[in-house]
Amino acid sequence: MFRLEARPEPSRLMSVLSPVFAVAITLLVGVALFSILGKDPLDGLFVFFVEPVKTAYGLSELAVKATPLVLIALGLAVCFRSNIWNIGAEGQFILGAIFGGGVAIHATETSNKLVVVLILLAGMLGGMVWAGVVAVLRDRFHTSEILVSLMLVYVADMLLSYLVYGPWKDPNGYNFPQSITFASTTQIPKLIAGYRTDIGVLVALALVGVFWVFVFRTYAGFQLQVGGLAPAAARYAGFSARRAMWTALLVSGGMAGLAGALEVAGPLGQLTPYVPAGYGFAAIIVAFVGRLHPVGIVLSATLMSMFYIGGELAQSRLGLPKSVTGVFQGLLLFALLACDTLVTYRVRFTRTRAARAGAPLVGAEAVKSEGGTG
Amino acid sequence: MNELAVIIASTLNAGTALALAALGLLINERSGIVNLGAEGMMLVAAIAGFATGVQTGSDSLAFVAGAATGAFMALCFGVMVIWLNTNQYATGLALSLFGTGFSAFVGVKYTQEKLSERHGFKLPVLGDLPFVGPAFFRQHPMVYIAVALAVALGWFLYRSRRGLVLRAIGESPESAHALGYPVRRIRLLAVVTGGALCGLAGAYLSVVYTPLWVEGMVAGRGWIALALTTFATWRPARVLFGAYLFGGVTMLQFFLQGEGVQIASQWLTMLPYVATIVVLVLMSRKPEFIRINMPASLGKPFFPGS
Repeated sequence: MFRLEARPEPSRLMSVLSPVFAVAITLLVGVALFSILGKDPLDGLFVFFVEPVKTAYGLSELAVKATPLVLIALGLAVCFRSNIWNIGAEGQFILGAIFGGGVAIHATETSNKLVVVLILLAGMLGGMVWAGVVAVLRDRFHTSEILVSLMLVYVADMLLSYLVYGPWKDPNGYNFPQSITFASTTQIPKLIAGYRTDIGVLVALALVGVFWVFVFRTYAGFQLQVGGLAPAAARYAGFSARRAMWTALLVSGGMAGLAGALEVAGPLGQLTPYVPAGYGFAAIIVAFVGRLHPVGIVLSATLMSMFYIGGELAQSRLGLPKSVTGVFQGLLLFALLACDTLVTYRVRFTRTRAARAGAPLVGAEAVKSEGGTG
Repeated sequence: MNELAVIIASTLNAGTALALAALGLLINERSGIVNLGAEGMMLVAAIAGFATGVQTGSDSLAFVAGAATGAFMALCFGVMVIWLNTNQYATGLALSLFGTGFSAFVGVKYTQEKLSERHGFKLPVLGDLPFVGPAFFRQHPMVYIAVALAVALGWFLYRSRRGLVLRAIGESPESAHALGYPVRRIRLLAVVTGGALCGLAGAYLSVVYTPLWVEGMVAGRGWIALALTTFATWRPARVLFGAYLFGGVTMLQFFLQGEGVQIASQWLTMLPYVATIVVLVLMSRKPEFIRINMPASLGKPFFPGS
């Protein structure tokens, strides 16, 4: 049997290895799952990890899906680092899409090209408003940001649904719940002609740099992290917990809103009830698997994007439901959390109970009364 | 008069799933553990219950399957949180995300299935009373089980020695540990019990309430149940009251639509979620009030010997 023993300090090696272990475990479970379902596991792995990167088109799609994940996860990383549990990024993403889309439907073919900037700013504002509600309620009334931010996801979803079924419905859209197709002037400029990848990728990569500087090289970023790790120390140092909370929520709301606006004005080109694709929730996993570090987030977002594309391919090629993506996403986070135990604890293999009887009383007592052998 | 009876009956029906889940969560929160995985457990239990119902045609087996599924998922959560000392919020969230994906994955085959036609339930004599009968006594047995459970839980927590131990662990796991209680095992038991009740709630939704399987059909009820424990300041009777209150809010939308109120259905569907936020604001306004009632170790890890 074995027991866990606290390490004197967290292992840096394990902190890097843990996501790798987690991915390996997820893969093993994936192989087992494919076998149980009577599919060739090699085909499964091929569809998830080779197919998406085989062609230029595949790589472009990979970037299209990774972009919102990176953006949202960067914001969430700031939140989680300051111990604010914003789990409603999906709602902030939807509000970003609504605000950005609201600007876009009013643009015409003759609008100035700079309308794109306006759309993105509106999207950020939308996300910030939604996260701001969470911040106000937490600040003024001490409500749990976990539950409020999550409830607001459902509210945002209904708001979007109301708009596309009601006032914003395309009058010439055969009664489909969708807005008009936005004017071509609102289209986020494409990176390469013929591919769906747009300059959103560059925006995301630039923000990765900005976040690295903010988190690791600015005083405000330092204050946020101290507040998250040791609230008492932060209070003693005179760092404002309120300001940290507001900053974290507004930043993450703004990022999710930006992602939403980029999505509607980019790949989608109109508002539909299918704008929310679960990026806000997947980004939570991306942030954790990426170790709340900007570079790690880019890597984990790429992996998660493969899961999305692999899920779609698994549906057409292997006849598996698309929701297999969600299964893998959840498994990955589970595996990561379990592996993370190794960062702060090490496994000690213990001898049999009889041999342990000679151990010091306190240790034996603790083990016995807790059944702490596993 | 008859209309009012229908409203009361449907409110009890809608509130039952919330009551079962929230009472379950109350048990594990009393031991100091927050399980944000309620939504995921309810979803997987809903499809497990529905699938069992379709295959066997037995409601009881469907409920057993739902409860067992919830208990098993809670067991996984509990082992990670209690023995591997993982973060409770993150692990619960993982359970919810996994449950959402997994239930959609296994549920694909069941989206077109239907459960056999069920006959109405009616208590003898009481069910025949005018007004009171149709309002209260023609419910699915699970509705009465939820009420009985709330009463039993109230007795257990405040009138029994084991309940006292459970509360003590929630207040101060260190002290309970020092007194020789197996804190971690009791916490695990509380978490598994909570999961089983969430599972029962999920199965109730898919087998009795809807009765259908639709992807994501729990629709945030797991999260509302989590909010209910705060709303009820961790007291069983208030949980029951809160659950029926929210059941009533859910029913309000159908009632208003039936009355022909000119308002887009989306605003009405929003109601329970907005109501949850409003209720949380009202309850959390005075932090001292929450803190007096909240189990002191709620959400905090306990790792003996560290």
